[in-house]
Amino acid sequence: MTTVRETNALPGVAAGLLDAETLAANFGDLHPPLGRHEALVEADRCYFCYDAPCQQACPTSIDIPLFIREIAAENPLGAARTILEENIMGGMCARVCPTETLCQEACVREEAEGKPVRIGLLQRYATDAIMQTGRNPFTRAAPTGKRVAIVGAGPAGLSCAHALAVSGHDVTIFEARDKSAGLNEYGIAAYKTPGGFAQKEVDFILSIGGIEVKHGVALGRDIDLASLRRDYDAVFLGLGLAAVNKLGLTGEAASANVLDAVNYIAELRQAEDLASLPVGRRIVVIGGGMTAVDVAVQAKLLGAELVTIVYRRGQEHMKASGYEQDLAQTHGVLIRTWARPVALEDAHGKVSGVVFERTRDENGKLVGAGETFRLDADIVFSAIGQLLTPSSFGGESALKGKDGRILVDEERRTSAPGIWAGGDCIYGGQDLTVGAVEDGKQAARSIDAALRAGLKS
Amino acid sequence: MADLSTSFLGIKSPNPFWLASAPPTDRKTNVERAFRAGWGGVVWKTLGEAGPPVVNVSGARYGAVYGPDRRLMALNNIELITDRDLEINLQEIKEVKRKWPDRALVTSLMVPCDESSWQKILARVEETECDGVELNFGCPHGMSERGMGAAVGQVPEYIEMVARWCKAHTRMPVIVKLTPNITDIRAPARAAKAGGADAVSLINTINSLMGVDIDAMAPMHAIEGKGTHGGMCGPAVKPIALSMVSEIARDPETRGLPISAIGGVTTWRDAAEFIALGAGNVQVCTAAMTYGFKIVQEMISGLGNYMVSKGYRTIEDFRGRAVPNVTDWQYLNLNYVAKAEINQDLCIKCGRCHIVCEDTSHQAIFPIVDGKRKFVVNDDECVGCNLCVLVCPVESCITLVHRTQGVDPRTGLDYDRPAANWTTHPNNPGAVPVAG
Repeated sequence: MTTVRETNALPGVAAGLLDAETLAANFGDLHPPLGRHEALVEADRCYFCYDAPCQQACPTSIDIPLFIREIAAENPLGAARTILEENIMGGMCARVCPTETLCQEACVREEAEGKPVRIGLLQRYATDAIMQTGRNPFTRAAPTGKRVAIVGAGPAGLSCAHALAVSGHDVTIFEARDKSAGLNEYGIAAYKTPGGFAQKEVDFILSIGGIEVKHGVALGRDIDLASLRRDYDAVFLGLGLAAVNKLGLTGEAASANVLDAVNYIAELRQAEDLASLPVGRRIVVIGGGMTAVDVAVQAKLLGAELVTIVYRRGQEHMKASGYEQDLAQTHGVLIRTWARPVALEDAHGKVSGVVFERTRDENGKLVGAGETFRLDADIVFSAIGQLLTPSSFGGESALKGKDGRILVDEERRTSAPGIWAGGDCIYGGQDLTVGAVEDGKQAARSIDAALRAGLKS
Repeated sequence: MADLSTSFLGIKSPNPFWLASAPPTDRKTNVERAFRAGWGGVVWKTLGEAGPPVVNVSGARYGAVYGPDRRLMALNNIELITDRDLEINLQEIKEVKRKWPDRALVTSLMVPCDESSWQKILARVEETECDGVELNFGCPHGMSERGMGAAVGQVPEYIEMVARWCKAHTRMPVIVKLTPNITDIRAPARAAKAGGADAVSLINTINSLMGVDIDAMAPMHAIEGKGTHGGMCGPAVKPIALSMVSEIARDPETRGLPISAIGGVTTWRDAAEFIALGAGNVQVCTAAMTYGFKIVQEMISGLGNYMVSKGYRTIEDFRGRAVPNVTDWQYLNLNYVAKAEINQDLCIKCGRCHIVCEDTSHQAIFPIVDGKRKFVVNDDECVGCNLCVLVCPVESCITLVHRTQGVDPRTGLDYDRPAANWTTHPNNPGAVPVAG
């Protein structure tokens, strides 16, 4: 990992551009939680639709009308249970879900008046309430004596682990990093989940019991699939995407100020003092997804003066939702579209600017238009996606893949018997926390059924 | 511009909006504030006989039912009649009437059920030169336990008797205020008329417990752990009041008896509805106790604009116009057929019409058409009950449409059949055979 500390000496790159008070305000809660009265008023807006479109739009199929009605009837703990039964990370999803493209887009009030019920904030109200009690509302079924190995303590792995633990199985999670929660801890913009929420949620999930997490253990380095299959009754892979795509430009690797956005965000999330984090004055972000927005906005909040996101296609093609794009723009981030990087300008071993070529769509194919422009840059962030490398899972040839990700069926079974997978590492996912939680849940159901069938025979 | 002035029993008022006998009319300060805000009249909070004043509780005397966003849908109270000295009240009534001669000022009264008590108090009230008296036969708590208020209002013979005493001992107009805590409102109204009362006012508050504190296991709101029923008023009671007013307005025995309507009047429209049912004016309490006196300005402007839009010059132009259309069920046309129709352009696809019809009514709304989420009425089953119209969150999205052409697929009968009601229906054993 290229650490930003190495760039510290670069002109234009400095730590502590803003004082501690401003930083604290900048990285506070993006959406403060609803108070009791606000929650009651908002809950009352829900029409309790039949076969509700919001529930259909939720990847984890949370019974949204029911939990909102429970809030309206001043039963927030009942609401929380309704949420957590389908999505054990309902607390995090309430904070990070792109609700504007999921439940809230489907809300009939969106069609009626353009103002959907604020489902995300209501979900947070309920899940905050139950987490304040410190009690996990679920209990474990009688022990089955079955043991399941899970690789990766991210949303997919934790979701799978919790559901299996509830079913009475014992779970061991192997996690390469020092902390659990995956991208919830290392990857999501800080202002979406302040106050150490990711770890609080992990504690809440693990309080069910029967789940052991072993940190510092990486698949392919410290353990291998063959031994996991041998030693456990089932294996679930929630590996995430450990590698990042490269820009593929000359000088990229050697330039100390061309950084992976993912790694920078991880460092920001783990920083004890945001003022110690170096940031450039002129930032160029290349990419069009959530990560691009997350790094751009956070750079701005750290004090960067000019932050530009450059995306190769139009704004409507960006994977970042319209809401995220608005968030970037209201934070003063400039979004430039239809341009792709063609060269890094080198000045004494570091990049001083990026040359872009304008692009256009020709019958669905992206082509260069010839014309170029350059942007000054103290730091260039690459945010063009992550990928799974075969070494992430020890190069197990038995696992079939597609486009560099693991292929699974409806039940999240891989091509190898006894191995399930979910989250960002599988093909066809949405790269969302909520999708990973659903994968873990579905895999756990399938694993449970398989293990119980084995118990009967 | 519409003329909102009224002459109720000859009592002139610049508009039909009076404040009801209640806390807002307990004293000169409040009443003058009300008149400055524009209220046409007040019924001064009930006076009792001379002597030691009544004593009120010093804890919560009001309770509420809330709608969304803590909107007050109903209020209840356990307050008694005025707890101020009779002489102070009489003196203030006199001062206020002198200062505000163009406003209506009626005094509410409640004294023990004997002729001399009423004779005494009426003489004192006459000295104030106020416009009339209202006999409080409705207060459902506290005073009724002492043989007054609702204890009188629930016995028509007592009503008639006291009304007769009052008419014998004063030249002032006498209004009898009725309690709704009876089975048939026509009986006390007829009794009031028989006793010579000039008018009735209704409804007084409805017996109610507003809730139970399920932590303390006590009624809300409790005084040292104990609670008692109170009288409920506010928007939630309006339909009850409308029904009772309409019953008196159309009863052959009381038809034409002046009515001062009370019960949940919150906006000009509420007032217009009561006037359409025959009320000569309306009395307001809860709305003022929720928002303050300024609300009367909306009522005045709203009622005036409504009258202009309809071409009504005076209140009398539309008073009682809805009364002939209030009838008994047996006279409703059973051959009339309406069915629901859903405007697909307005539909937001919440599906509430479908699920309530499916679960609780006639299974007459399809949820999926051609494989898509689309809500369409099934004429084969729809009885036109109106439930879907009521639960639809979008105004005018679902409407009941009167069918006049073709055959009703539900019954196999022509839509266009001559009107016929239960009195002639073949299923009615008591039906009068149609001639021919």
